[in-house]
Amino acid sequence: MKSLEELMAIKKKMQDKVAVRTSNGSTRIVVGMATCGIAAGARPVLNAFVEGVSEAGLSEDVIVTQTGCIGICQYEPVVEVFEKDREKTTYVKMTADKAKEVIEKHIKGGKPVTEYTIGAAKL
Amino acid sequence: MIRSHVLICGGTGCTSSGSRLIREKLADELKAQGLDEEVKIVQTGCFGLCALGPIMIVYPEGTFYSRVTPEDVPEIVSEHLLKGRVVERLVYNDTGDGQEEAAPTEVSLSDTVFYKKQHRVALRNCGVINPESIDEYIAMDGYFALNKVLTEMTPEDVINEISKSGLRGRGGGGFPTGRKWQFARASVSDKKYVVCNADEGDPGAFMDRSVLEGDPHVVLEAMAIAGYAIGADEGWIYVRAEYPIAVKRLNIAIEQAHEYGLLGENIFGTGFNFDIHLRLGAGAFVCGEETALLTSVEGNRGEPRPRPPFPAVKGLWGQPTIVNNVETWANIPQILIKGADWFASMGTEGSKGTKVFAVTGKIKNTGLVEIPMGTTLREIIEEIGGGVPNGKKFKAAQTGGPSGGCIPASLIDTPIDYDNLIKIGCMMGSGGLIVMDEDTCMVDMAKFFLEFTVDESCGKCSPCRIGTMRLLEILNKITEGRGEMEDLDKLEELANYIKSASLCALGQTAPNPVLSTLRFFRDEYIAHIVEKRCPAGVCKNLLQFTIDADKCKGCKLCMKNCPGNAISVNPANEVKEGKKLPWLVIDQSKCVKCGACMDNCKFGAIFKK
Repeated sequence: MKSLEELMAIKKKMQDKVAVRTSNGSTRIVVGMATCGIAAGARPVLNAFVEGVSEAGLSEDVIVTQTGCIGICQYEPVVEVFEKDREKTTYVKMTADKAKEVIEKHIKGGKPVTEYTIGAAKL
Repeated sequence: MIRSHVLICGGTGCTSSGSRLIREKLADELKAQGLDEEVKIVQTGCFGLCALGPIMIVYPEGTFYSRVTPEDVPEIVSEHLLKGRVVERLVYNDTGDGQEEAAPTEVSLSDTVFYKKQHRVALRNCGVINPESIDEYIAMDGYFALNKVLTEMTPEDVINEISKSGLRGRGGGGFPTGRKWQFARASVSDKKYVVCNADEGDPGAFMDRSVLEGDPHVVLEAMAIAGYAIGADEGWIYVRAEYPIAVKRLNIAIEQAHEYGLLGENIFGTGFNFDIHLRLGAGAFVCGEETALLTSVEGNRGEPRPRPPFPAVKGLWGQPTIVNNVETWANIPQILIKGADWFASMGTEGSKGTKVFAVTGKIKNTGLVEIPMGTTLREIIEEIGGGVPNGKKFKAAQTGGPSGGCIPASLIDTPIDYDNLIKIGCMMGSGGLIVMDEDTCMVDMAKFFLEFTVDESCGKCSPCRIGTMRLLEILNKITEGRGEMEDLDKLEELANYIKSASLCALGQTAPNPVLSTLRFFRDEYIAHIVEKRCPAGVCKNLLQFTIDADKCKGCKLCMKNCPGNAISVNPANEVKEGKKLPWLVIDQSKCVKCGACMDNCKFGAIFKK
């Protein structure tokens, strides 16, 4: 160890890895992972969100977690996004690709992707 | 890609309640359910809530599971880690406001009554990072203080900052740390030493152990900083051999720090060299006294020597040395990162910062708590500690172990800091806090601690070697019912002689438990001597078991269980002097006072007095 830069580099590398424990969670992405969700393919969606958040460097503020069945099994995989001072957004029939789009436009850009939300699904 | 961390406590408390089995079971189960790529298991140091171990925290949610068994693991994996459904029956969520049932999963750990009032400085990484990973320590700003000190500050700056923070030694004496460093810096020598006192020996104390097990790098970093400040290039950690987990993790930490060049030669390219060695102690209480500790590090029999000269002038191998306690070290890096003012903003006028206490005895939440100085004993016991269990009344708390004194219930609102405790004849000690309820006999308690010091006295000076033995003999006399009133004066006189004439702190403080119980619970001593009665019902020789005639049904269960055949049938259930006698009677001359009759009576007909 010869410099502060080297120390900083280790900290940066590790920060992402311990962020799961220290994240303030001002934004929570919750993936429905009950039997219905898993059967409809929620696992790849969950993993896509985890990867996307980490790649975008948002681990300090965003936590990705799972929940059980919320009762609209025909629309699984369902993903809910909770943000501070904003109504929650519910995405339905999610895929890994859609997840990447949501990270890009909604989580980073601040604009919900309306065509994937439950409102657009015409209940 | 890891999406969840499961933290399992690997401290001594949880290890002995089986956390290793749970870790293994969890690893198997994650593999079986195909989650081993997504969920990471992290072994941490102590979370503090040892009474509820083994403890497991699942992040990112921060769900706090207590008393986890290996049988619970498959459910946690398939329900929580796979499906995101919290296993509510295992969640600890006591917020202390009776809302337990309302929304169990919404309770964040920092809102629970155990953690709400705590402020973690020395323990900040315990239960958060993996103590066997230097990378995780660095992620939490580890070794940044060392870098700052070496590249931006002069040794004088460092000492000034520590002095300004008001940090006082956490090992018991409370000597200002900055001043100690100043003395060592001022001593001229081409070789100086930095020593860590990890010889924690008070019965019921495990603060230093938890820091070493949960965050070993903080001690290494702080010692290197001190080395720079006083001009030393060598450090020694004196740690008890009875702390195998701490020793193992210290060894790992030293090795990792060497690999990264954070110990060794030319640290951060500044030309500063520092290395640390371990010395395992064999567990003598006196070796916690600094001069005895240094003698033991040198390889000699652990005996103290007179001070002055103080170690800062003439210490290890005759060279200037500073000796600081583990918890003191744990505060140093953060003071240098966040500044002396930040540290001085916590605590009271004369005692800055926080203090870690190991709370044990008659208390619901046995464990490790860190609170700002000035927190009252009531907050520690009734709120953080969850109160005295089984509806018993709080009687007193012993601080400072065998060197300290007791705080009676009448002083429960005393703000805890160095000066307030001295004022009421106690001392801070290293942080053991033993809670006692109404079933504790204070004379017996003083006797217990004195037995400990008699055992641990090194024998070098006679006031301690002979004096404490004589004190114990008088206490034995009193608890056996042979005491006389003049014994109380003798106790006090002898105690004061021992205090003033002993060579080291062990002898100087050994009479404290006797003096403080005499001060606050003199009536209990008098009850033992005059009425030949132990008010708490502890001292066997003063007890008498009797059978209540009205409640006794004559079932003979007590008779069957009596090991001394002291109970016999009273054949005619006769009436003596107008009073009905019970079906069974205890022959007091045969009774060994074991209490088996009382434990076995189904009708509560046997009582002791």
